[in-house]
Amino acid sequence: MSNNSKTSQLKKAGSGLGQYGIMIMLVAVYILFAFITGGKNLTPMNINNLIMQNGYVVILAVGMLLCVLTGNIDLGVGSVVASCGAVAGTLIIDLGWSTPMAMLGALAVGALFGVFVGFFVAYLDIPPFIVTLGTMLMGRGLCYVILQAQTKGPLPESYNWIGTGFLPVIRVGEGSLNAGKGVDLLCLIVAAVFCAMLILNEMKSRATAKRNNLPMAPVWQSIAKNAVLVGIICFFFWKLACYNGIPVVLILMGVLVAVYHFITTRTVAGRQIYAMGGNAKAARLSGINTKKVFFWVYTNMGILSAVAGIVLSARNQSATPKAGDGFEMDAIASCYIGGAATSGGVGTIVGAVVGAFIMGILNNGMSLAGYDTNVQKIVKGCVLLGAVTFDLLSKRKKK
Amino acid sequence: MSEYILEMNHITKEFSGVKALDDVNLKVRKGEIMAICGENGAGKSTLMNVLSGVYPYGEYSGDIVYNGEICKFHNIRESEAKGIVIIHQELALSPYLSVAENVFIGNERLAGKGVIDWTATRREAQELLARVGLEDENVNVPVNSLGVGKQQLIEIAKALGKKADLLILDEPTAALNDRESAQLLELMLQLKAQGLTCIIISHKLNEISYVADSITIIRDGHTIETLHKGKDDFSEDRIIKGMVGRELTNRYPKREDCPIGDVIFEVKDWTVYHPDDSERKVLDNVNIQVRAGEVVGLAGLMGAGRTELAMSLFGHAYGQKISGSVKINGKEVQMKSVKEAIDNKLAYVHEDRKTFGLILIDSIKRNMSLSALNNFFSKKGVVDREKEVIKAEEYRKRINVKTTSVDQAVGSLSGGNQQKVVLAKWMLTEPDVLILDEPTRGVDVGAKYEIYCVINELAKAGKAVIVISSEMPEIIGTCDRTYVINEGEIAGELSGDEITQEAIMSCIMAHNRKE
Repeated sequence: MSNNSKTSQLKKAGSGLGQYGIMIMLVAVYILFAFITGGKNLTPMNINNLIMQNGYVVILAVGMLLCVLTGNIDLGVGSVVASCGAVAGTLIIDLGWSTPMAMLGALAVGALFGVFVGFFVAYLDIPPFIVTLGTMLMGRGLCYVILQAQTKGPLPESYNWIGTGFLPVIRVGEGSLNAGKGVDLLCLIVAAVFCAMLILNEMKSRATAKRNNLPMAPVWQSIAKNAVLVGIICFFFWKLACYNGIPVVLILMGVLVAVYHFITTRTVAGRQIYAMGGNAKAARLSGINTKKVFFWVYTNMGILSAVAGIVLSARNQSATPKAGDGFEMDAIASCYIGGAATSGGVGTIVGAVVGAFIMGILNNGMSLAGYDTNVQKIVKGCVLLGAVTFDLLSKRKKK
Repeated sequence: MSEYILEMNHITKEFSGVKALDDVNLKVRKGEIMAICGENGAGKSTLMNVLSGVYPYGEYSGDIVYNGEICKFHNIRESEAKGIVIIHQELALSPYLSVAENVFIGNERLAGKGVIDWTATRREAQELLARVGLEDENVNVPVNSLGVGKQQLIEIAKALGKKADLLILDEPTAALNDRESAQLLELMLQLKAQGLTCIIISHKLNEISYVADSITIIRDGHTIETLHKGKDDFSEDRIIKGMVGRELTNRYPKREDCPIGDVIFEVKDWTVYHPDDSERKVLDNVNIQVRAGEVVGLAGLMGAGRTELAMSLFGHAYGQKISGSVKINGKEVQMKSVKEAIDNKLAYVHEDRKTFGLILIDSIKRNMSLSALNNFFSKKGVVDREKEVIKAEEYRKRINVKTTSVDQAVGSLSGGNQQKVVLAKWMLTEPDVLILDEPTRGVDVGAKYEIYCVINELAKAGKAVIVISSEMPEIIGTCDRTYVINEGEIAGELSGDEITQEAIMSCIMAHNRKE
């Protein structure tokens, strides 16, 4: 093997590890809190809570990442979440709409918010910061008006299912599931399928690289990386299997993350977002309709905000005017902790999702350990600042 | 003390292995005006950046001796403290601040710690303006209410406010009209009489021979010679000989076996108005034709309208109220967006690759495929990553991009290699017509030759190639035929041996007289 190809191989391998730095951080934080809480955060019930409590932040982070990729943010997210919840609640309780119709109604309101922002940002060239500061105030106000400043509830079981429900369980073993004596077979099957897909995917990409004689990471690295991931998946689903099985939110979240991961990494549309964030002028002269990209990124954010709004109100089993307060900041922080650049053009869906979970584990762990919410905010702020500073400094060093 | 205010000895500066300056020596006498001449990319600006501390001590080798002492500048502040002030080509004024504030920006007159003394600021600003011939200006108006010529003079006032002993002017007249330029040159002579030493970098050789006491010529990062007024020949021809230094022929590869076919690109009555001013015609009734296998130049001075022509053709990326017709391969085509232009087999390589050509933080491969993603690298909106990497590798080898991997970020490449990536990017759209705007700007000599080879290859493949260049030798060396553009109109057309610097200039002059 020539010297040249060897160094390039090392270079690529190095950057691959960097990408997984954030994953390592996730595991480290989790283990740290396992010690602090004396293992309380390892219980099946807590794992389940982690998913249920962070589902909507993950959904928002996915949409927010696209905004961040263009070099901007959306401040209106939390208010849109509340508004969409309020609309769904009012439609069901006051107007007697069916659950699916009410959900569609909420999605339509979210999309409308998105189109509104997209229009101002893309076609009138108003800075997104200003436009979404506007929707932040408007959305919150609208929500109070719709709900007349009161909590609307309780919402019907069929609606709440999306936020609190579980997939049907197939019991294996003896006794009741919750007592830890039996496990859910469906969980184990899903875990096995995931692991198989992961390994097959890795093998396929190695095969492609080999066929085209491209540089690839050494075998031990591939194995180590996948072994860790498989370990995490198995641990995670085992715990869920010991509890009530697979939460509906997890499925929703999983599908959204998979779809957006595919869009950002594999499609022309995704490339156009990255290109525009990296250099809008060059993107325009490469035939990319940057206005259209802007418009759809913000419209998409509106729709995902509605999804999060539905999940949140379903979990609370009611619509409240204070819902979603500060969610935009959690979503933005998730993206930056996950390695996205404020200047745009850099960031991944997986990074943002892991970022969201790091924040979630911090919240959860500190609650279990008995810190009050104010201390939690201090720690979260430090983690955000620390993670981004570390990321930027290490990149600078490499240059 | 020696007669020299500044000596730069054996300066060598490398950028990722490429020597931008190689053993450069420069000696400037006290109270003289020294001109530095050289082609684009010869190393003039790099040398001045070394002198003023933009490239800090340690990043270059060699000595800077100023007023008899060796200087180790780590930033611009340190060099300015010694009295070396550089005025860059792009003005460094803050447009909405007043003239007085701009004159003392970074050098404020203070009444106490951190508190500005406004009386002193205005009074001293007025005095400095008087020194540069602007005694009638109001120092309280925002600086953007003045013309470019006056802004340039304010830059000089700002430098004088810093107690400059050595003033460096980088292309000070590039953006000025003739009258303003003449004024600036007179001012330089006045300041010289007051004992100030100046270094001027300029492409306008007539100005240099008028104003300079000595001329140092730099070529390819080496100092070639220094000419002194009264001792040496100061004619433009003499200076050009020093700058070019060798026969033009071996800088441009010959194009052989390249038959010229039918007209495949035809522009008729192309008229374009300024994007911000619907009354101002930028291009007026432009007609051009290019044949398959032909390389056609667009010569002209800066601001003649060449880039505007190319960009307005390229999917109306510039201008408004555009009228006229374009035929590609004999068929009239409508190109109202860049995407339509790409779909109609037109490609345009912008003159400013960093701002308009590349996503610097992205990889070589993704930059190369960007414009062709829709048409060649995807199926139903999903990117074919395998094809992408194969094609990127193929073009990397074909046009010799010096890199270890196509996954490397484009921003880490040298100027020449970046330019090659942009070329590959547009070749991958499989165009029939390519417009290359300043294809070798800021590119070192070796890479230039390779880029000319690529141009030849494109012509041989039967493409119509249009080259826009401000370097006349480049037009002469690469084009079969050239249009001369002046003030938004076609001022003339030259082909074959007719294309000479004199002929191009006389076209422009004749057209100016007609106006």
